[in-house]
Amino acid sequence: MDPRDPRLPHPQANQPGPQTGRLERAPTIGPGHSFGSITDKISTIVLTRKTSGGWFIGFGIAFAMMMMMLYAIGWLLIKGVGIWGNNNPVGWAFDIINFVWWIGIGHAGTLISAILLLLRQSWRTSINRFAEAMTLFAVACAGLFPLLHVGRPWFAYWLLPYPNTMSLWPQFRSPLMWDVFAVATYATVSLLFWYIGLVPDFATLRDRAKSRPWKILYGFFSLGWRGSAKHWYRYESAYLLLAGLATPLVLSVHTIVSFDFATSVIPGWHTTFFPPYFVAGAIYAGFAMVLTLAIPVRKAFGLQDFITMRHLENMGKVMLTTGLIVGYAYVMEVFYSWYSGNIYEMYVMFNRAFGPYWWTYWLLIVCNIVAPQALWFKKVRTSPLILFVIAMFVNVGMWLERFVIIVVSLHRDFLPSSWGMYSPTRWDFMLFFGTIGLFLTLLFLFIRFLPMISIFEMRTLLPEAQVHED
Amino acid sequence: MTTGRRHLDLAAFGARLSGENAPEYWRALEELAEDPSLHEVLREELARESAATGEGVDRRDFLRLMGASVAMGGLAACTPPAETIVPWVDAPEQLVPGRPLFYASAMELDGVGAGVLVESHMGRPTKIEGNPDHPGSLGATDHFAQASILSLYDPERSGTVRYTGDVSTWAAFVSALQATLQTLRGSGGEGLRVLTEGMSSPTAGSQMREILQRYPAAAWHTWQPVTRDSVLEGSRLAFGRPLQTVRHFGGADVVLALDSDFLAREPGFVRYTRDFMDRRRVRAGAATMNRLYVAESMPTPTGTMADHRVAIPAGEIETLARAIAGEIGVGTRVDAGARSAWAEAVARDLRAHPGRSIVLAGENQPPAVHAIVHAINAALGNAGRTVHYIEPVEANPVNQGESMRRLATDMRAGRVRALLILGGNPAFTAPADLEFARAMDFVPFRVHLGTYYDETSARSHWHVPATHFLEAWSDTRACDGTVSIVQPLIRPLYNGASVHEILAALNEDIRTGHEIVRDFWRERARTGADFDATWNRWLHDGVIPDSALPPVSAPASGAIPAAAPRGAAGIEVVLRPDPMIHDGRFANNSWLQELPKPVTKLTWDNAALMSPATASVLKVANGDVIEIEAGGRTVQAPVWSVPAHADDSITLDYGYGALRTGEVGRGTGTDVYPFRTLAGGDIVRGVTVRKTGRRVRLATVQMHHELAWELADGAGARRNIVRSGTLDRYRENPEFLRVPGLEIKGGPSLYPEWPYETYAWGMVIDTNVCTGCGICTIACQAENSIPVVGKEQVLVGREMHWIRTDHYYKGDPNDPDIGMYNVPIPCMHCENAPCEPVCPVEATSHSDEGINEMTYNRCVGTRYCANNCPYKVRRFNFLSYADFETESYKAMRNPDVTVRSRGVMEKCTYCIQRINEHRIEAEKDGRRIRDGEFTTACAQACPTRAIRFGDLNDSDSDVARLRAEPLNYGMLTELNTQPRTSYLGALKNPNPELARRAAPASSTEPAE
Repeated sequence: MDPRDPRLPHPQANQPGPQTGRLERAPTIGPGHSFGSITDKISTIVLTRKTSGGWFIGFGIAFAMMMMMLYAIGWLLIKGVGIWGNNNPVGWAFDIINFVWWIGIGHAGTLISAILLLLRQSWRTSINRFAEAMTLFAVACAGLFPLLHVGRPWFAYWLLPYPNTMSLWPQFRSPLMWDVFAVATYATVSLLFWYIGLVPDFATLRDRAKSRPWKILYGFFSLGWRGSAKHWYRYESAYLLLAGLATPLVLSVHTIVSFDFATSVIPGWHTTFFPPYFVAGAIYAGFAMVLTLAIPVRKAFGLQDFITMRHLENMGKVMLTTGLIVGYAYVMEVFYSWYSGNIYEMYVMFNRAFGPYWWTYWLLIVCNIVAPQALWFKKVRTSPLILFVIAMFVNVGMWLERFVIIVVSLHRDFLPSSWGMYSPTRWDFMLFFGTIGLFLTLLFLFIRFLPMISIFEMRTLLPEAQVHED
Repeated sequence: MTTGRRHLDLAAFGARLSGENAPEYWRALEELAEDPSLHEVLREELARESAATGEGVDRRDFLRLMGASVAMGGLAACTPPAETIVPWVDAPEQLVPGRPLFYASAMELDGVGAGVLVESHMGRPTKIEGNPDHPGSLGATDHFAQASILSLYDPERSGTVRYTGDVSTWAAFVSALQATLQTLRGSGGEGLRVLTEGMSSPTAGSQMREILQRYPAAAWHTWQPVTRDSVLEGSRLAFGRPLQTVRHFGGADVVLALDSDFLAREPGFVRYTRDFMDRRRVRAGAATMNRLYVAESMPTPTGTMADHRVAIPAGEIETLARAIAGEIGVGTRVDAGARSAWAEAVARDLRAHPGRSIVLAGENQPPAVHAIVHAINAALGNAGRTVHYIEPVEANPVNQGESMRRLATDMRAGRVRALLILGGNPAFTAPADLEFARAMDFVPFRVHLGTYYDETSARSHWHVPATHFLEAWSDTRACDGTVSIVQPLIRPLYNGASVHEILAALNEDIRTGHEIVRDFWRERARTGADFDATWNRWLHDGVIPDSALPPVSAPASGAIPAAAPRGAAGIEVVLRPDPMIHDGRFANNSWLQELPKPVTKLTWDNAALMSPATASVLKVANGDVIEIEAGGRTVQAPVWSVPAHADDSITLDYGYGALRTGEVGRGTGTDVYPFRTLAGGDIVRGVTVRKTGRRVRLATVQMHHELAWELADGAGARRNIVRSGTLDRYRENPEFLRVPGLEIKGGPSLYPEWPYETYAWGMVIDTNVCTGCGICTIACQAENSIPVVGKEQVLVGREMHWIRTDHYYKGDPNDPDIGMYNVPIPCMHCENAPCEPVCPVEATSHSDEGINEMTYNRCVGTRYCANNCPYKVRRFNFLSYADFETESYKAMRNPDVTVRSRGVMEKCTYCIQRINEHRIEAEKDGRRIRDGEFTTACAQACPTRAIRFGDLNDSDSDVARLRAEPLNYGMLTELNTQPRTSYLGALKNPNPELARRAAPASSTEPAE
């Protein structure tokens, strides 16, 4: 261990402390770690460890998918949204499905970082950095869709309220307008939150980097962090403040996204319980995606000590809870449509379950409601493989949920004469999988060049770091 | 540019395009038109350049000039035209830039003319309206007239005289023609044959008679695919001579249509529909309606209006007609089998209205049915009251089938030395058993005058491009004989010649088309010296007053022909012209191709139309290609099942499938002409059907094939989209269609209501008189420059029409008397429009006159408005649908309307350009816009006047009064949209006798 390490708040506390009440719970960090071993283990992935062949293969595939996305976007800009399957009753389809899906995925990061921080859930520590990065990348993917789905993307900036010679403001009554603010705010706060959390680790990397360019680069981003008490004091305040700011955003973003639908008149969209339903769904999807990514990464980089079974189990529990909320919403949807006595509402539910797209609805029920019931069992929650499979189910299920809400509601609304069918084209799929490529590309770069687990926060999990003033 | 801004000489560029060295690509329009001004500019530029160099040329200037010469070198090949070109210094009188002028003219189709008013912007015709003074129009038009403007500018029209396919000249053609005539003159024209389409032009008739005088051994043949031979022969059977029927629906209380689509297809339908519907407008205080009985195989717009309808195979109509005739006392009583109760009830109703009824039969029906109809009308005392007879308006009223048979026989026998085919495409359309195209090879001199270089042109030595009716002088007769002068609006865009000019060439007449027509009428005008004023008045009015043909008294013989032995039993095929592309002449007209056909709502294709029951017996689904065989002739067509179609009957529309057509028509539909023979007629019985295993995707704009939703949901009735009832219930309580809680008036709101202080535009659509013909849609398309999208895009649901006509069935799909309703849907211009608040950039907003406006420039294309529109009337430019490339279309478009680019939402604007035009006029005069001063394009073209538009603030306006009618209702008002467009409910006037019987019958009769 480097004695000059600036992040050693209590170098004298290197003795096992009292562990009252903590023995019953599964640990959030594996045994036998010291401050030094944590720092080494995480920072070497970035600094010294030879980049594995697997990383190159994975990055190559992700990068190729991202190139496919650029190709699909290029053609889209040349030809117009007509290359997609969207049509007259179904004005929104993959574009908005993917937007909502990605935004939903982007919820776990902030939730884990901010809300669990405020709730003092220490198990969040090993996964928060990772989840926040995932959030940012998911929001970046999500942000692409509203931009690209418009007919004339080169005028998309008209949605921003900026002074102009035409004296025209955007229409503040439009939920799309609210989306612009909600998503932009969320992206900004998430980025700041993530970055501020990274500053002490940037300093560690700066100090440990061998080559000068890396020292300069990490040094630049570490903002002159020296680990002084003042720094720590300010850091803690800023971080807490941002956590406070980010917490309502977790709830607000998807609430506002749900307004896109809830404020409309379309049966199947015009529903008051969409905000909580969407938020629960977003957390559900977000945790599923964290699991989807964490399980392989933990294995590949041997991080089982840091992302322990307790983490996985906790995330499984969150998924089960939010999954049940989502399931409740599905049941309520059916109930309300019947209870409303409104023929349009009733028909929408009938059409979801028995119309031409019936299979998407039932597949959604299987993925989102049936599959996660396995999480009641501890055996399942502690088996990374099964967890991974269930998380994949939920990923698919949440995508289908948006398909059912958006496409299946739109394709048959009020006037039977205008009913139509929707089928996606290869450009829809190319753009969708392309954004997955973008997401994974960013993720691979993140894993390679930044500490994917917060070094200094991990160290606070060690018994040595526990301060007991009583 | 030194000459100032020159107007675009379309004729010049048309000529240039069709010229021998037509450029394949061009850079500027001026270059294409060989505009001399371009050369002037270039000369000036170059002169300045050389002047600058002075005497000595230094190295830099040398290089610069050399570079310029290389750059400009390509232009040296263009030379200014030899003729002196005169700039437009003195503009024509009346012409105010930016203001359209309207000229009266007439469009002839199948030998019947319809009066039109043509809107012309700076010399470019842009829109066709009906001529209110014309008896065949009364201000409305058919869809062909609306679409003809697109045909005028069709860049694929033939543009050059061709000799054996190679480009030639008019002069070369005339000298070749003269040389041929020289050889025939000795024998009195032996071997000279002229084949025209059915035409009513008196001038052409007189020209032909002159030719026949000059060449007594020559012959005049006539063929139009939509032939009226059986009407003519039926009249011959009844009266002993060919006569034409003129009907007065205003006086008819009961109408029986036997397989006749007289409300949307047959000659004069625009007028007849109007007269008929005037008897169905149920208004407060006038609760009367005529009663319509329809017996037909394929549901037509007429069928959708029926108070009682039976769906029976077309081949069984004759039996039904005889049964009804027998009940009335004409001929012997015949048993109509399962339909005898219907026949008896109809006959009783007809008998109860002597002299106040009309019976009519469709053109497809055999002559005997027409003879029976004449006899019934005579027996009921209708002749002279609700129907009268005139001499045929056609110039050459012959049996066209026979005429073609003689021609084909003579051709094959080598007796035809020179054949002039003036119009039409007989090589494609002639009866298949004549093998006309092959017979053409026996004729040593063949000439074809045609709009396109088609099958017939390819088999002719000479092809002469025909002019469009807006390009040449002519005349024509309306369905009652009234004459209109056909005024051209523009010089021929593509060097065409008119029929008159070709006939003049035959006559060695050197007059122009204008002189020919004018001279003909100068002789006949009774005005003598003052002819100029008379002529100008005729042109101005669009009709020659009192030129209708006089009624002839024709006592029907009363005897009806004996029943012919019935053909083979089994499935029948009914051949009829396509409702949109007609006999195929409009195949290259994309507006008509994409206009959804009535009832089926199919676009871009024809299909084997049959009832769902027949389809299930044949074990075929929509899109399955079947092979139909009869008498050794086969045709393959995809299946489309149509509820309310007669069982054991297949309807095939002819006109599709031409191999030689433009890019638009290529590859659309199936050619069923090979199935249409003189011997077989239009109703072919006893066909065999075989599945081919192939499948074709058919593009429909409404999902009628998916009847499953009805089971789940209960159709439009439960959604209160269509509101219908009977006249009797209306008489009991005029407000019986009102649904409590669904008033147009809005619910409570936090905001005060907006006071509409000036105008409050609104529209009322009377579903009781809407036939679902689709003319509003195409009129809107022409007025608002709405692009077509093509079959592939229709298949994915991206058609762009701003007003559509929804078609709903009511009742059991197996019930033959199933109710059919047509609901035209434009934008509702909701007071509380769901589309408005959701647009993030405020591209759609409410005007202070209540119009939901679309600001194209501001639209970024989120499509949220379209999603949130409960009526789904918004249309999005998913791709670049508007054709910005084709030069000729630029001239066609309405200059008052923006052409929308891709990525932009569009929808009905209530023709805001017309509102603004008249607002300016009214403001200049310091007055309000008067009711009826103008109307929207859809309302103007509608033959039934189902669509009324106007100012709701003006309590005396038509539209305000209709909105106060008890039948008025709003669609989806439960959403509190408060639509500006409202509807009048549809009423049926059932015969109590049949209605009583129908109630128990439908529950006991097993569904077939």
